[in-house]
Amino acid sequence: MQVPAPFEYQRVSSVDQAIGLLDRLGDTARLVAGGHSLIPMMKLRLANFEYLIDINDLHEELGYITEEPRTIRIGAMTRHRELLESRALADAFPIFRDAERVIADPVVRNRGTLGGSLCQADPSEDLSAVCTTLDAQCVIRGLDGERVVSMEEFHRGPYETAVGDAEILTEVRFPIRPNGSSAYEKVERRAGDWAVVSAGAAVWLAEDGTVADARVGLAAVGPNTAGIPGIADAMRGHAPSEELYARAGAIAANAADPVTDRRGSAEYKRHLAKELTVRVLRESVARIREQHRQGA
Amino acid sequence: MTTTPERVHDDSRVTAFEDNDHKPVGHGRMLRKEDPRFVRGRGRYVDDVQLPGMLHLAILRSPMAHARILSVDTSLAEAHPKVRLVVTGAMLAEKGLAWMPTLSNDVQAVLATDKVRFQGQEVAFVVAEDRYAARDALELIDVDYEPLDPVVDVRTALAPEAPVIRDDLEGKADNHCFDWETGDAAATDAVFARADVVVSEDIVYPRVHPAPMETCGAVADYDDIDGKLTLWSTTQAPHAHRTLYAIVAGLPEHKIRVIAPDIGGGFGNKVPIYPGYVCAIVGSLLTGKPVKWMEDRSENLISTGFARDYIMRGEIAATSDGRILAIRTHVLADHGAFNGTAAPVKYPAGFFGVFTGSYDIEAAYCKMTAVYTNKAPGGVAYACSFRITEAVYLVERIVDCLAYELKMDPAALRLKNFIRPEQFPYATKTGWTYDSGNYEPTMRLSMELAGYDQLRAEQAEKRARGELMGIGISFFTEAVGAGPRKDMDILGLGMADGCELRVHPTGKAVVRLSVQTQGQGHETTFAQIVAEEIGIPPQDIEVVHGDTDQTPFGLGTYGSRSTPVSGAAAALVARKVRDKARLIASAMLEVSVADLEWTKGAFHVKGDPSASVTIQDIAMRAHGAGDLPDGVEGGLEAQICYNPENLTYPHGAYICVVDIDPGTAKVTVRRFVAVDDCGTRINPMIIEGQVHGGLTDGVGMALMEMISFDEDGNCLGGSLMDYLIPTALEVPDWETGFTVTPSPHHPIGAKGVGESATVGSPPAIVNAVVDALKPFGIRHADMPLTPSRVWEAMQGRPTPPI
Repeated sequence: MQVPAPFEYQRVSSVDQAIGLLDRLGDTARLVAGGHSLIPMMKLRLANFEYLIDINDLHEELGYITEEPRTIRIGAMTRHRELLESRALADAFPIFRDAERVIADPVVRNRGTLGGSLCQADPSEDLSAVCTTLDAQCVIRGLDGERVVSMEEFHRGPYETAVGDAEILTEVRFPIRPNGSSAYEKVERRAGDWAVVSAGAAVWLAEDGTVADARVGLAAVGPNTAGIPGIADAMRGHAPSEELYARAGAIAANAADPVTDRRGSAEYKRHLAKELTVRVLRESVARIREQHRQGA
Repeated sequence: MTTTPERVHDDSRVTAFEDNDHKPVGHGRMLRKEDPRFVRGRGRYVDDVQLPGMLHLAILRSPMAHARILSVDTSLAEAHPKVRLVVTGAMLAEKGLAWMPTLSNDVQAVLATDKVRFQGQEVAFVVAEDRYAARDALELIDVDYEPLDPVVDVRTALAPEAPVIRDDLEGKADNHCFDWETGDAAATDAVFARADVVVSEDIVYPRVHPAPMETCGAVADYDDIDGKLTLWSTTQAPHAHRTLYAIVAGLPEHKIRVIAPDIGGGFGNKVPIYPGYVCAIVGSLLTGKPVKWMEDRSENLISTGFARDYIMRGEIAATSDGRILAIRTHVLADHGAFNGTAAPVKYPAGFFGVFTGSYDIEAAYCKMTAVYTNKAPGGVAYACSFRITEAVYLVERIVDCLAYELKMDPAALRLKNFIRPEQFPYATKTGWTYDSGNYEPTMRLSMELAGYDQLRAEQAEKRARGELMGIGISFFTEAVGAGPRKDMDILGLGMADGCELRVHPTGKAVVRLSVQTQGQGHETTFAQIVAEEIGIPPQDIEVVHGDTDQTPFGLGTYGSRSTPVSGAAAALVARKVRDKARLIASAMLEVSVADLEWTKGAFHVKGDPSASVTIQDIAMRAHGAGDLPDGVEGGLEAQICYNPENLTYPHGAYICVVDIDPGTAKVTVRRFVAVDDCGTRINPMIIEGQVHGGLTDGVGMALMEMISFDEDGNCLGGSLMDYLIPTALEVPDWETGFTVTPSPHHPIGAKGVGESATVGSPPAIVNAVVDALKPFGIRHADMPLTPSRVWEAMQGRPTPPI
């Protein structure tokens, strides 16, 4: 049995209590939410922390999916399973259901959280790509109150985020814009594996049927999961077509900076960046058209 | 529970309900006697053993693949308040225990003294009051290593400039492990010279790991009053292990008791004796307390016996109309740092010699060179029947390459070349005698179940549309049930199995086996074998195994040998008891033995069915008062030691259908049809379970599993995040069928089946993927066929994985 090195453990009952402890203990402490990344790393003794602050009791406070007219707000302790099963979320952003169906397995999804996924900032992690695709805003709370940052600002690099030592990610906000849809696709070697590459897309159409805006987020193709701005520029104002998707796919492949590892060669991953970008853009547009058909 | 609604899957495939609860008195479908405890989580495994005062052992392992040990400082670890004992290689060397023999007459370090030779090698151990303290104290041991260049690439291991790994062996100046050959080189060359067609292909079978769910471990309890050692351990071969401990440690054999409780999967991983077992024994000897050692998952994957790791050049010669004439192969075998192959001593390459497969050919030859590398030792079986999986993969892949070159249908090519039924017993060109077989009906049945012709038509349509669909066939013959003692032994121990059967006065019975189940269902199958012969219901027969104090000697369970060897012993011992019962029955019924007829469970007087005695009646009489026939002792029991006259040779035909996403190169196994012929079928449910498990293994090896290393010799497969094992989502709804060709020499005609599917499925899957890639001009691509590796093949550059 793999066992972690000794550590102190405390459960907290409020966000403020967690922030207070983090402030006092500094970088010797770590929050544990679902724990499906942190605990294995500690058991392998790849990561050692003197203190673990368990925030699972904050699920009542930070576990929610709230629909507002122009925004969906999701609490950082919302679990994968809740994201997967939310009808409201699937209606507004089908990308969530696509992604959650291929994240790990039910055991992990029962426990893992949105906030934990984003804060782990693994470059292969799926929800970071989803949030990037949807242009999410992250709410970070510290001793001095809240601040709101974009995903680009939030994700600073592999395993590094904008959340400071005495701060906690509390909420992620997703803007709802009309006439849009989204999709996600992942290639993995086996169910539950980390992505070889995955891609998310969100597309919004103008009244004339041309692309009003489009966003693509990739996972596992380089140190960052930042969005690819060139795609919106290339697609905006054009009618959706296979040629247009291919152009966007080429931009995505170009923006990718993958490395060869046991999941696949860099060349294959670049190919996938293109292939999956095409597929998710195509699917996003198809879903918008399906909405129209159902609305009509 | 006789009917239930059919389960309908998303993709509308249907699994028909099979009622397995037949309660046969003998062979047939019955639920497993062991399952009530397993499905309730009440199995009793080594890690469940808790003894008063028990201490916990943890092993410090080398972070480097090849390094000289300059010093080991244990003082901080010894100062840990919960640590009782710290032992290094130097300390073992003082007791003459630093090295131990392997199953292949090599030696292996228990704890490294001079050098570490693979990443994960055992360097020191700590015994502490709890397992947490033991782990923590490992971090307090300071080892000073001088890094040495590692030998990682097997292809350059014999280069003159390669560092010598085994400088512990006197006079050793290279990394050569052994050479081995079989067949007739000159005759084979001559056939190749006159053949119309010669096809050759380089084929790699990558290093994989048995990866049982339960890792290895032991609890050693040495009692210094009576001088007796009790060792609970994860072993597939308790008797063989006990004898080896006696030889290695100098403990008297009668003072050692090895207990293998429930075993959570073995697949060959639990055949060798690992240093950890020896460390646990040493720990108990030195502390006077019971000591438990349980490996964690990474330790199991990094340091215990791997499998395969053969680089093969396969060559096949044929006439232009598809008559196979000869097969030739050169193999480079990576045996890791110590040669720990588990195989009979005369067979350093296991039973690889059956690489001629199921075909009637004129000549065959194999030359093998095995080398040492800085990787974990072993070359152990992994459900491979002693390297037959490598042999079957080679022949079934190269036959497909021939079909590709001849533009022949691979099924037709196989059908044309099968050994014909009248040729059995069939002597192969490499010296094996196949006991029985009837291949064409098995092949035809698999094609019928698969709808082979329709599949080919579907494939043609799909190819025209640019879709990638592949159909792969493999046909295998295995050699299982080692083995005849004139040919086979492991470290001098013959491979015959004992068995004891005792019928109690009330007609219940106990059968004692030398083999050890690891989940195969021995408690059920062996009860059924005895029941069939003697008519006592399986529920009334206790199967005792896995305890050297309670069972007769035998070599254990691996290489699918339990049913061929111990199964035969169980049937014959039951017949011995029945023979004695007949004598007692003749006295009870007051007729001569010749006037008795046996119907399962009772003797009756010929012509008078009402005059009968049951086996239960006889058992009571055997133990009761009153006279027995002259010369007949009381009691109703017998023992036997069964020496098989030959191996058994099960065969099977497998057909796999895959679809490949042309955009992502991801392979989906859509269908898999497996028709097995293992002779007489004792419990079809258990056979099907074994086949399902083995087929799943095959999907893992074909598509995702591999233990790989970086250029420094770091193992890259040290967790189940990196070493992928397939789940239900990667495998199809298995479609199984069977034919029955009994073994002529086995008392009930049974052959081994435990490894058939692991042996037969990888080539079927790879052949299907390669078939799907035919439009790309691909004739061969190596496992594991991950999306990336398939995509590389689609780009016209399939690459070996090592």
